Amino acid sequence: MTPQEFLLPAAALFAVGLYGALSQQSIVMLMMGLELMINGLVLAVGGFWRLVAPAGADGQVLILVAVTVMALEMAMGFAVTTAIFRAREVDMTDAAGDLRG
Amino acid sequence: MTAQQVAFWALAVVSVAAGVAVFTVDSMARATLALLVSLVCVGLILLLTGLTYLGVLVILMMVMEMMVMAVFMVMYMMNPGGLMPMKMVHNNGGAMAVAAGVFVLLAGGAFLVPWPVRRGGLPADPTRALGVAVMGPKMLVMMVVGVAILATMVATVVLAVHRGRGDRPGDPEAEP
Repeated sequence: MTPQEFLLPAAALFAVGLYGALSQQSIVMLMMGLELMINGLVLAVGGFWRLVAPAGADGQVLILVAVTVMALEMAMGFAVTTAIFRAREVDMTDAAGDLRG
Repeated sequence: MTAQQVAFWALAVVSVAAGVAVFTVDSMARATLALLVSLVCVGLILLLTGLTYLGVLVILMMVMEMMVMAVFMVMYMMNPGGLMPMKMVHNNGGAMAVAAGVFVLLAGGAFLVPWPVRRGGLPADPTRALGVAVMGPKMLVMMVVGVAILATMVATVVLAVHRGRGDRPGDPEAEP
């Protein structure tokens, strides 16, 4: 196998996730897009570990960090959603445009 | 094509298809399950590459994460059952164009960049190599991750508690 074989689906996952993060109006769906982007990252790093530098543990440590980031991103995202929903009953991104412009 | 390659491509195609399904199905419940399928497929690919521990870790963590996500989805979503078509997007064309452009850029880079050839062989036990690394030369990474998790736990509780982050109990100005 070659690194390209890993990078192609990884790029597809990243692009699909980016589309979701940019286009979805629901904050929960937006976070699903972010998860998909990191999912593509994990796939690419796994391929690089296997096909480029399996001897060192750097790739494995990077996957560990990426998976942690996925969990933390979701926890923080839901905390912010809970806070803004409690304060203003907002659950759509368009209704939270205070910092726009 | 070896059996391993067939399995890899099957998982990769299912993963991307499930990723697309996240934004095309009608209900949030189905979107969450589609995202879970996509994440589990990537975990299985990690198992396929020999990363036993990380593959199992990804699958277990993502199953739990999607269960949490399902709870929040029911809390915040209209139409959780998918009884009517759901399409809530803004700037759909622009987002589509940006995503397509990024995909072309990344895929082009993947095929144009001369990737280095493999250095070194597979370790006898990748899990042991990872454990030795995070308890030795990569311990700083582990410590930063640990502090980040602690900071996230504090921040999420502060943000999510009912009184918010503004007022303190016993503060006379904040008492109603």
